[in-house]
Amino acid sequence: MTEPFLMRALLGGMGLALVAAPLGCFVVWRRMAYFGEAVAQSGLIGIAIGLALALNLTASVLVVTLAVSGLLLLLARQNLVPIDTLLGLVAHAALALGVIIASLVQGPQLDLMTFLFGDIFAISRADLRWIYFGGLVTLALEIWLWRPLLAISVHEDLAAAEGVRTPYVKAVFVLLLALVVAIAIKIVGVLLTVAFLIMPAAAARPLSETPEQMAVFAAIFGMLSVALGLFLSVTLDTPGGPSIVLMLAVFFVAAVFPSVLRRR
Amino acid sequence: MDGRERQAQPRSFAAGQHARPADRQAWNGDVASAARGPGKGLEPRAEPELIAAHAILLSRGGRALLQDVDIEVRRGEIVTLIGPNGAGKTTLVRVLLGILLPNRGEVRRKADLRVGYVPQRLEVDRSIPLTVGRFVALGRRSSSAEIEAVLAEVGAQALLERQLNELSGGELQRVVLARALVRSPELLVLDEPVRGVDYAGEAELYTLIGRLRSERGLGVLLVSHDLHIVMAQSDRVICLNHHVCCSGVPHSVAQHPEYARLFGPQASRAIGLYQHHHDHSHDLAGAPQPAAAPPPGPQEFK
Repeated sequence: MTEPFLMRALLGGMGLALVAAPLGCFVVWRRMAYFGEAVAQSGLIGIAIGLALALNLTASVLVVTLAVSGLLLLLARQNLVPIDTLLGLVAHAALALGVIIASLVQGPQLDLMTFLFGDIFAISRADLRWIYFGGLVTLALEIWLWRPLLAISVHEDLAAAEGVRTPYVKAVFVLLLALVVAIAIKIVGVLLTVAFLIMPAAAARPLSETPEQMAVFAAIFGMLSVALGLFLSVTLDTPGGPSIVLMLAVFFVAAVFPSVLRRR
Repeated sequence: MDGRERQAQPRSFAAGQHARPADRQAWNGDVASAARGPGKGLEPRAEPELIAAHAILLSRGGRALLQDVDIEVRRGEIVTLIGPNGAGKTTLVRVLLGILLPNRGEVRRKADLRVGYVPQRLEVDRSIPLTVGRFVALGRRSSSAEIEAVLAEVGAQALLERQLNELSGGELQRVVLARALVRSPELLVLDEPVRGVDYAGEAELYTLIGRLRSERGLGVLLVSHDLHIVMAQSDRVICLNHHVCCSGVPHSVAQHPEYARLFGPQASRAIGLYQHHHDHSHDLAGAPQPAAAPPPGPQEFK
């Protein structure tokens, strides 16, 4: 288990899990899972454009995810189409556009699977720098914004009346979300990125009494799932990203099951 | 005061210019201070102004939700904002708190005003694990002793460790009030705080508000759809139905015809005084209409 590619996969995956955990809590609390989904799927457009123009993929994904976040916030101002429909629409349109651009750019031989499901074992040293540099910035902003973000998640008007500058806080949150998605896409792919955000948080919820506990539990579940998923992947030769996501699902079921039984 | 000329001439409301300040405020001699519109140069009151809105116009989708609304709250003053459902009370509160920007008009706040806000319905998503103590501390970073003290003040000390989403409506109301108080507010804004609270809890809450005012000199803005219990403690009552229909000390508002118009004949009989008299009515859309004919009977405004 000491092969360099495996160590990089482990370090990258755990770093991402740590950064994604607190943000994922807010995604769950603010009911933004589908917002994250739409932003993540638009990442494929960024990958395709990045490949075509030979740009840094993380940077080009970040530009596209930010643009799509802005577009979504703009579209949310209309109220004729419900927000979940709108998010589904944007997610599918982005996926379609991403696949089309990719096929135009590289021809049908481009391995779409790599980008849809990620390749955690292909993490390079440069990727690791992105994960840790971007991750540190994200983590610092998350800690700095923790109180105001929590306050607006609990009750936005109340927070605003108490002096929280809600538009700025929300804008930074969306920025962080786009950043984490851009980092995560390389590892778990366009389709599984949001799993890294919402699944650890969901698994942590039944065990938590305070918001801070939930973020810490989510980080622990996320990092454990990375380790166990990679172990599974190496021993059974299963794909890396999906193995991690499956572990997250196992943690969620185990955590939520006692309260399912209690409800009867 | 020139407010008694109300039915002198039928006015056109088509231009959207409805009530002039004199109409809205100066309808009773013993509320002279309330008639002092901004910039009129009458003598200032002793207590400093905490928050004031002037000539607020707020429209959404082409409908004016608030039109030419003036309101102010001073230190140590309890102002009650009443009006039927959909009259724009919460909208006005949100404008005052800076959550909504009006299309026209200005909101003035004392510099660094500390506001404690109790919103109308507080529903916290069950996905957020939150103890009562942690929720209160979101109002201001506070020591556990401060949180316990403020919970004790609202009679909710036993709830400290409970999860917020397990509380009853009455318990939640106290906890939200505790969060407002932990900020040591200068202005307390309560939006329908007695909704879902039983009668005893309601009386208790009003006693507490009265005590906070007299002990700490807070300004209080209380939104209500029911005048009965509030009356005794309010310094001023403002009747809102998209515009300010009438305002003044509680006793005089209870006698004011617009109050009866807003709350129906039962409400006015429950208060039990007064002669019927309107200067305008509201159509189904809530738009003010001139009264069809002068009302019969003597016009008493005492």
